[in-house]
Amino acid sequence: MSQPLTILLVDDNGLRSSIIEEGLREAGYGNVSVVTTVAGLVKRIEMLEPDVIVVDLENPNRDQLEHFFQVSRVVKRPMAMFVDRSDTAEIEAAIEAGVSAYVVDGLKKERIKPILEMAISRFNAVSRLSRELAEARSELAERKIIDRAKGILMKAKKLDEAGAYKLLRRTAMNENRRIGEVAASLVSAYTLLGDD
Amino acid sequence: MAGPSFVRAGYVPLLDSAVLIAAAEKGFAEERGVVLSLQRETSWATVRDRIGVGQFDCAHMLAPMPIAANLGLGPLPVPMLAPMVLALGGNGITVSNAVAETMDRCAPEGFDETPASAGRAFAAVVRRRVEAGEAPLRLAVVHPHSSHNYDLRYWLAASGVVPEKDVEITVLPPPLMPDALAGGGIDGFCAGEPWATIAVQRRAGRIVTSRAEIWRRGPEKVLGVRRAFAEENPETLSSLVMALCDAAAWCADPENFETLAGLLSAPERIDVAEAALMPGLAGRLETAPGRFRQIADFMVFAGGGANRPDPRHGRWLYRQMTRWGDAPSSDAGLRIADETFSPTLFDAAMGGTGTNSPEAGERPAGLFDAED
Repeated sequence: MSQPLTILLVDDNGLRSSIIEEGLREAGYGNVSVVTTVAGLVKRIEMLEPDVIVVDLENPNRDQLEHFFQVSRVVKRPMAMFVDRSDTAEIEAAIEAGVSAYVVDGLKKERIKPILEMAISRFNAVSRLSRELAEARSELAERKIIDRAKGILMKAKKLDEAGAYKLLRRTAMNENRRIGEVAASLVSAYTLLGDD
Repeated sequence: MAGPSFVRAGYVPLLDSAVLIAAAEKGFAEERGVVLSLQRETSWATVRDRIGVGQFDCAHMLAPMPIAANLGLGPLPVPMLAPMVLALGGNGITVSNAVAETMDRCAPEGFDETPASAGRAFAAVVRRRVEAGEAPLRLAVVHPHSSHNYDLRYWLAASGVVPEKDVEITVLPPPLMPDALAGGGIDGFCAGEPWATIAVQRRAGRIVTSRAEIWRRGPEKVLGVRRAFAEENPETLSSLVMALCDAAAWCADPENFETLAGLLSAPERIDVAEAALMPGLAGRLETAPGRFRQIADFMVFAGGGANRPDPRHGRWLYRQMTRWGDAPSSDAGLRIADETFSPTLFDAAMGGTGTNSPEAGERPAGLFDAED
């Protein structure tokens, strides 16, 4: 049986890194370390001697890390995951998800694959989550703005709530715009004219 | 003609990404029938990776990067072309206040007037440290395959300082340079604007020389294009080069500097104050608090054939790569570098056979010690 792999995760998104860490632990990888700040990272790598380093693709320190891997005599030289170009789909999936990974030269590909797959799926899950959150927030905002637009119309045109909504919807259909957009422009126009 | 062509391009938020940003935002791309979709990245590694898997068709790139890709260096190398130069110059060599003060003591006033005298002053500081048994100074560049790295090393070596032995050279992202300098993590750096200017504005250090003085009119950033994209979309690429040349001419006009600085300072672009961008655009740098120096050709976007790739520059960059052990030296490598900087596509797009400035021999005429 081969030695358990030591994995280092470099990600300044604390929530995401803990989600990935948890996933790796559940999958039986005990030696997972997480670094959220790059301060002292190089020393940390020298100390931990990780077999696999997973880095958030948007981390601005990737150039520095790659340089360090190139020149370091202290750690076994880690290579970018992409050095193995046979699995194009996997590489694309990793970059799409925002994951870059470096592995110690000579480590068997089969041992790395599940780790990378786990990282990719959790990265994707987190971005889906934050997208949904942003959408939920904007939906809520849109509903609020529609309510304000209705209020304005009810007052200005002496309509009831249903009539105001109908007017908004008809305008949106005529102008081929979303009802939220119509409401937003109505509210901003009304605010510009004062008397809100 | 078919509808507009869609081009995806990556860039790193630096002053010399101006031409791409202006092309996308001031309508130059649109006028040529190109929809230019820009994506900002925080590292050259990510630009390289996205080019590698085809998420970008082209990108704002350090001039040696496409050569490195064609030499098969680094992860995910794909065949690339550099059909246009996006900027010349633009980098400043900045040292900490402590190093600058020692340079003041070691050298006559005004040592920063030329790279040679600045180099002598810097070498004197290095010698002092060796005599005193102090640790070597640590200098940072933005990427190994960068003109920052090669120009810094060229300047050091020409001044009698041996890189890796007399000074340490490390890699750091540009936005972190001023703070690293202030905090003592590094003793100096070579980075593109606005980061030298910001280091001085934050009182973290002084600019002692610049790339424009070490190698005047040397190519700094190029448009790196996937060769596969170029072969499949020759017309689109041609239109893109024309649009970028229009944008470059606009960026180079001093009348537009303020508008350009406004455009670039936006949070979704470079996200720094306009006051940090103007010195680089105008070539009038605040080299020390309250001290200004006008540097000829400091940042060149267009004019005098600036945008036309020059195979001799490709070969020179390759020679620097081999000099510092980043690539093995071979005739095949030299040919690859030459071809990467071929002006064929540029000439086809711009409808001419522009000429590169005459330069005798292999050493570019713009080097500060070219006469030696």
